Amino acid sequence: MRQIYLDNAATTCVKEEVLREILPYFTEDYANPSAIYSFAQKASQAVEDARRKAAELIGANANEIYFTAGGSESDNWALKAAAEAYNSKGKHIITSAIEHHAILHTCSYLEKQGYEVTYLKVDEYGKISLEELKKAVRPDTILISVMTANNEIGTIEPIKEIGKIAHENGILFHTDAVQAYGHIPIDVNEMNIDMLSASGHKLGGPKGTGLLYIRKGVKIRSFIHGGAQERNRRAGTLNTAGIVGLGKAAELAKAQMQSRAEYETKLRDHLISRVLSEIPYSRLNGDPKDRLPNNANFCFRFIEGESMLIMLDRLGIYASSGSACTSGSLDPSHVLLAIGLPHEIAYGSLRLTLSEETTLKDIDHTVDELKGIIKRLRDMSPLYADFISEKKGA
Amino acid sequence: MYSEKVMDHFTNPRNVGEIENASGVGTVGNAKCGDIMRIYLDIDDDGIIKDVKFKTFGCGAAVATSSMATELVKGKNVQQALEVTNKAVMEALDGLPPVKVHCSLLAEEAIHAALWDYAQKKGIKIEGLEKPPQDIGEIVEEEDY
Repeated sequence: MRQIYLDNAATTCVKEEVLREILPYFTEDYANPSAIYSFAQKASQAVEDARRKAAELIGANANEIYFTAGGSESDNWALKAAAEAYNSKGKHIITSAIEHHAILHTCSYLEKQGYEVTYLKVDEYGKISLEELKKAVRPDTILISVMTANNEIGTIEPIKEIGKIAHENGILFHTDAVQAYGHIPIDVNEMNIDMLSASGHKLGGPKGTGLLYIRKGVKIRSFIHGGAQERNRRAGTLNTAGIVGLGKAAELAKAQMQSRAEYETKLRDHLISRVLSEIPYSRLNGDPKDRLPNNANFCFRFIEGESMLIMLDRLGIYASSGSACTSGSLDPSHVLLAIGLPHEIAYGSLRLTLSEETTLKDIDHTVDELKGIIKRLRDMSPLYADFISEKKGA
Repeated sequence: MYSEKVMDHFTNPRNVGEIENASGVGTVGNAKCGDIMRIYLDIDDDGIIKDVKFKTFGCGAAVATSSMATELVKGKNVQQALEVTNKAVMEALDGLPPVKVHCSLLAEEAIHAALWDYAQKKGIKIEGLEKPPQDIGEIVEEEDY
């Protein structure tokens, strides 16, 4: 059966070039990069090369990049350590209602520790309001954390302006850029970013790799204790192969960003226009313009997302409903509720996220199959039956 | 995550549809919980369920439990149909994942609601059948971190 992978926001296939560069560090240059003997030289050099590449992608200095085990660790580190480091100034944090749970659950943990968190509302497209942000700022606000782009609906937030407001008020600005890193241009200086979380596996790198960018001068402490790695800020033997993979993926992403974004955007817009014009009672979630090049997110009324996913799966099409991280949950997506959708519509969501490997044929095939699936599920739905009979009655 | 039987009843659901002038119709669940089941019963003068249809909005398990529940009550008399419990539906499907157990409860409730509607229309009382709740409460789950 033909397989179409449309869940690249969940994770991506490791790129061939990345894999090739990683392999020697398992069996040849396997020395601990922190060791002092010459055998470790190659590994430690490879880690530093990767650090430079990871930094160049966001206009940072190499010594401001700290490797972690992934985006969730980076988010946890940034929030908890910033809260701890700056709590003499205050205990108020501002974030948005549509953050990834790595941010939201960390915030609720901090709330239990006596911190106060303001969750900025978003508009129907998933954007925060800069006016609301300004109003939320208080003298005791120590941190603003707003994601660069949303993982479910793909909306890109006005990061530069948010960072400006943070800095005008002497507040630290962190952004969760897990979905954006390597996909859209980011410049930490131009965009006033103090801390940035990213992950390796969303851009063709290996899973279990990530980074936290910490601007020079930001005084947050170690989160993982136990060694002098990463300039005493993140203990644990360096994951040489993983770090090399992240670095290579970042290098490729930088070189190919423009052409890939153009390609994906064209496919994405074709997908969106076919779905909206050919499937009745469907809607696009997220901002139509300011959205990740590879993200399309829809709601189909009268049906439920999981049924759709299982039927797509049986046809070899792999998609997701909200995010893979919440697929065990019975609740509809907090992001879709935050943009104002009622529960019954939020349940019928479908996220399709493309890669540069996705073809026009893949998209057309998916839309063709989707039409049949949605018709079948609607024929089974009491909500649809009621809607049609009301329509006839009216 | 689903058994083969669940997948079978989800992908080839039995008895999907509506019955015009049904003897009893029951709708349970609500859109907020993400599941709505509606069951139609055609019951003859001897109290035998001649035909049964369903329509369901919900996940794979919701569709599969509806399908299985309709199969289990078809041809039975009212009293026997009342004895089709959520446990029986689950067993017939070779089990459900823990988070989906509420779907089988919903299927049982839908049958009861349709039987209640039938009893109301006929002006009879069915032994052991109580007025079904309007909808099933949300199952509160512990959040894990």
